[in-house]
Amino acid sequence: MAYSEKVIDHYQNPKNVGTLDKSSKNVGTGLVGAPECGDVMRLQIEVNGETGMITDAKFKTFGCGSAIASSSLATEWLKGKSVDEALKIDNMTIVEELNLPPVKIHCSVLAEDAIKAAINDYREKNGMEKIKFEESVVH
Amino acid sequence: MLNLPIYLDNNATTPMDPRVLETMTPYFLNHFGNSASRNHPFGWAAEEAVDYAREQVAKLIGADPKEIIFTSGATEADNLGIKGIFEMYASKGNHIITATTEHKAVLDTCKHIEKQGGEVTYLEVKPDGLIDLAELEAAIKPTTILIAIMYANNEIGTVMPIKEISAIARKHGVLVFTDGTQAVGKIPVDVNKDGIDLMAFTAHKMYGPKGVGALYVRRKNPRVKVTAQIDGGGHERGMRSGTINVPGVVGFGKACELCMNEMESDTKRIVKLRDKLEASLIKIEESYVNGSVTHRLPHVANISFKHVEGEGLLMGFNKNIALSSGSACTSASLEPSYVLKALGLGDDLAHSSLRFGLSRFTTEEEIDYTIKAITDTVLKLRDMSPLWEMYKEGIDLNSIEWAAH
Repeated sequence: MAYSEKVIDHYQNPKNVGTLDKSSKNVGTGLVGAPECGDVMRLQIEVNGETGMITDAKFKTFGCGSAIASSSLATEWLKGKSVDEALKIDNMTIVEELNLPPVKIHCSVLAEDAIKAAINDYREKNGMEKIKFEESVVH
Repeated sequence: MLNLPIYLDNNATTPMDPRVLETMTPYFLNHFGNSASRNHPFGWAAEEAVDYAREQVAKLIGADPKEIIFTSGATEADNLGIKGIFEMYASKGNHIITATTEHKAVLDTCKHIEKQGGEVTYLEVKPDGLIDLAELEAAIKPTTILIAIMYANNEIGTVMPIKEISAIARKHGVLVFTDGTQAVGKIPVDVNKDGIDLMAFTAHKMYGPKGVGALYVRRKNPRVKVTAQIDGGGHERGMRSGTINVPGVVGFGKACELCMNEMESDTKRIVKLRDKLEASLIKIEESYVNGSVTHRLPHVANISFKHVEGEGLLMGFNKNIALSSGSACTSASLEPSYVLKALGLGDDLAHSSLRFGLSRFTTEEEIDYTIKAITDTVLKLRDMSPLWEMYKEGIDLNSIEWAAH
């Protein structure tokens, strides 16, 4: 299977690889996927409590090139967005941006799940109710 | 001079030896005749070439030329050998013993036989990939007609104890079929010393052309017969109809002759390169060799790099190095390698594996380049692997409730 140029670029030069202090109140961490399935994504956001803006985002991913690219792209999109805007990131936008083939759509779903999990972690830490999301169907 | 890309996927197929192609060319152009045309020079030339190739093929495995049935490849030979015995020996019994790590051409043939009313026992393998001989013997029943165990495994290179297997089979009057696809031409295989009754093998895994293979069928002690699976003009002593692929067979013969003459010197060189590759790669922290290291083909290595996913790993260098992985993502099924899982490897290690297959044409420069490229990529990917970070922090990954999707 040939990868798109964008996937290759994110794989070779991943953006925002790293770790934020998960004990910090301003940091939300989402860990999704499973080693048995061959994909694990950890996505973290740092939020300015006053403005609600995402000031930093980091990821680490165990997975194929498309999974790495999906999470790298997600962190790029998250930075500078408000938490509410971040909730609107849809996996299909990732699919389109990276030209993912059908067998790799689950990578984009995982990235969307990781964003939502990170936001919920942040909300929980700051005394807000978790948002209930509909189960993703593409697995 | 290092030429990129480097080919290290020789268990999938080997490049053709130029000497093989040279032998084949006249049989496409001048001697294009049908070897079954008995009454003109075109047919005679083709028949003579096929006879000669049959001798070359037989000699490599210590067989008589009359015991070689040419087919389109190993998959067809697997089908003919197993289904052919099941049908021919139906009055004796319907039970076949095989193993879970066999190639799909054998496993799916056995599944087919189960649908036809056959009974199949699938032996589990030990962590080194070998079957337990006591378990094999215990599985034999009065209705057992065939033991089908591969000579060497295509993913991990593990070489089965065929001599011991056939000794047990003889004792109980059961026939032995072996898929010799990965072994023939690479290690000494002798149907008489090994006690093999039927064996499938193919040209394109030993520097010959694709589209031609053979089934060895024993003619003496005991005389074995298979029911034809393809009906027609009664070629190959009635066991495999269809016009013979004359240039293919000629190339197959030449490939066998070259393997016969060069196996020893090739192996000496290849095993050194394989060992260098393996020794260097297992120096990387948390990397493991899969399958037996003592009972193994000289040109194969299968290594898992923990906490790095195989397809992601391949992407780091697959423009320059051709390899395959046991990772699910490289297959259509999204399931990691069933062979690695049969060894008892967790899905995570199965996802993290690379399979190396070296060849007659592999150079030390290529191995050095490969060692560096893989080491660099593994380290780079571990830097971005959350699992590696957790492992380094001493977190037990099994204690985490993963949201399996």
